[in-house]
Amino acid sequence: MKSSAFCRNWLKSLPPTQGDLQKEQVFGRKRLLEKGIPSPEDEAWRLSNLNRLNEFFALPLTIKERSNHHFPEQEKSIKRLILNTNKCILEDILPEGITKLSNREIEENIGNIIKTCNIKNDLAVSINQAASSDLLALRINQNVTQSLEIIIPSVQQQMISTRVIIILEKGARLDLLEVILGNNQSAQNHLIEIKLEANAELNHELISFGQGKQASSLSTLAVEQSPQSKYSLNSLHQGWHYARFEPRIIQTQGDASTTIKSLQVTSAKEQIATHSLVRFEGPNGRLDQLQKAVATDSSHSIFNGSIDVPKKAQKTEAAQLSKNLILSKRARIDTKPELEIVADDVRCTHGATVSQLQEEELFYLLSRGINKEAANSLLLQGYYDDIISNFSKNAQRWNFIEKLIKATNK
Amino acid sequence: MNLSNSEILLSIEDLHASVEDKKILYGVNLIVREGEIHAIMGPNGSGKSTLSKIIAGHPSYKVISGSIKFKGINILELEPEKRARIGIFLGFQYPVEIPGVSNLEFLRVSTNSRRNELGKSELDTFEFEELVTESLKIVEMDPAFLERSVNEGFSGGEKKRNEILQMALLDPLVAILDETDSGLDIDALRVVASGITKLSNPNSATILITHYQRLLNEVTPDFVHIMANGKIIKTGNKELAMDIEKSGYELINKRTKKKEVAK
Ligand SMILES: Nc1ncnc2c1ncn2[C@@H]1O[C@H](COP(=O)(O)OP(=O)(O)OP(=O)(O)O)[C@@H](O)[C@H]1O
Ligand SMILES: [Mg+2]
Repeated sequence: MKSSAFCRNWLKSLPPTQGDLQKEQVFGRKRLLEKGIPSPEDEAWRLSNLNRLNEFFALPLTIKERSNHHFPEQEKSIKRLILNTNKCILEDILPEGITKLSNREIEENIGNIIKTCNIKNDLAVSINQAASSDLLALRINQNVTQSLEIIIPSVQQQMISTRVIIILEKGARLDLLEVILGNNQSAQNHLIEIKLEANAELNHELISFGQGKQASSLSTLAVEQSPQSKYSLNSLHQGWHYARFEPRIIQTQGDASTTIKSLQVTSAKEQIATHSLVRFEGPNGRLDQLQKAVATDSSHSIFNGSIDVPKKAQKTEAAQLSKNLILSKRARIDTKPELEIVADDVRCTHGATVSQLQEEELFYLLSRGINKEAANSLLLQGYYDDIISNFSKNAQRWNFIEKLIKATNK
Repeated sequence: MNLSNSEILLSIEDLHASVEDKKILYGVNLIVREGEIHAIMGPNGSGKSTLSKIIAGHPSYKVISGSIKFKGINILELEPEKRARIGIFLGFQYPVEIPGVSNLEFLRVSTNSRRNELGKSELDTFEFEELVTESLKIVEMDPAFLERSVNEGFSGGEKKRNEILQMALLDPLVAILDETDSGLDIDALRVVASGITKLSNPNSATILITHYQRLLNEVTPDFVHIMANGKIIKTGNKELAMDIEKSGYELINKRTKKKEVAK
């Protein structure tokens, strides 16, 4: 069967278009039919395991709610929302200062961020539009400071498609923890769109753990930043048989600050990819990006980091660093910075390193009586430290440090 | 002090070794007994650090022939971590920086490994902090160094103090200190020397690898060995060290050779 046939069959299996997102569904499905599935010649998908993308399409959409989850308890002051069906119906009482967008507001806003971020034609976005039947759309009111958790579990042998829009009004501040979980033969199909108005600040923590066997995930993060806003992303991706994460961050007039600290850890035969894009549409923007990867067994880790600095983005300061650790001869890491810098008065740096665990470091620990396993786990923890130490106490309740070490210490 | 009837802790016999197919050691012999302090001196590249790393069990160095015994046990078959646990300590000439690994946690895990071997209980974070606070005094080190990553960004002298701190915590039977005195200012040298003196006891032994008389003025060695071209070519007492300071290795090397010819 040809790749596009998997996609067509999947489209046929979807429920008829309906509800508030009907227009989006129609649009996404049409796109998918027209454009089909990328081929290996398609540069953005060149390294992607397209067979696994076919498997992704083989799973039916989750309709029924399942609610027997055991999650670590969150800090008392923090509101947790669990999206466990395609319907993100919000009966929960929202914390003070957070309101649901009305249908009219959704109508006004939907598609705007996608358009600004120029991802209207992205495959993952079309897939999400085609399948999502509801969305969680929130506004953080002006000058409000709040915290929120969004947990998205998945169901065995099913696909869950979720869409979230968050608008931070002027001066609003939000700590957001998103947790995306896999299950045996499950698929996550997630789209989150975020708009930061002037002076707004979002500290976004993302824990994305596959957990089950053959879990896959396609997720897109679109962020629109107004001047003087601050967006910071700390993300962890681990345990997915096939995952692709695409953060798209646009500083609409420059003069904003973006921080990305991301870690992806692969083992067994997993393939995890991050394709990030940060674009500055005006002067004085800042970016600090650290992308780390650890790959063991015969896994494959991919990072593609685009930074666009057009002529109008003078005085941009952008730094991107990709640091990679290979723990097995069969593992593979592909990392590629893609800087497009047209403006001349900028400070942009990038670098990439691929290394192995240092024998001298290991020997130093062993020579102090520490056994090999403990020594390796100390070294790995040390390697993870500059990413995981940025996570809040609340996020650390998810015990990811142990999981990350366990995945790589063999 | 020459306690020739006290127990032998370390005995090295006709040790030949190589690294990366390059032969470095050409028949080293050394006997170290309880309570003794030995100094090993010798020109750059003569194989002093190589010897110390082989004793500690570094995987890059291959023993071609000969033996190393610790209290009569052949240690060449033991993993480096086991050697450390039974009481062999190496203070590195170039201590390794390990970013992201907390010095405190590293010291605690190390200490507990050794305590385990000694049949002592493991120390939890609080108990360990008490112990380490005491040990810090020996090397006059600021507790702030515990909060940092292992050796990361430590100055040369700070790294050396951190080595002695580890020695204090691990309470070894044989401590090999590879140029622990190099790069220390006068005050730091005194601190480190007094640390070494405080930590040595009648049941343990210390091997000081050094280039300078300075340390040996503070910690008096029972034996001074000169290593050249992968061998110990001469053994004497502290006067030999003074001789070297005065005349250099070249002269002593010549004299030794003459004697050998005369034999
Ligand atoms: N890993 C290695 N690979 C290649 N050569 C090595 C290695 N380790 C040591 N050597 C070589 O072995 C020889 C002995 O080195 P070693 O470090 O033991 O000397 P040393 O006596 O400690 O010198 P120094 O006084 O300068 O510290 C040197 O020629 C050195 O270059
Ligand atoms: Mg040396």
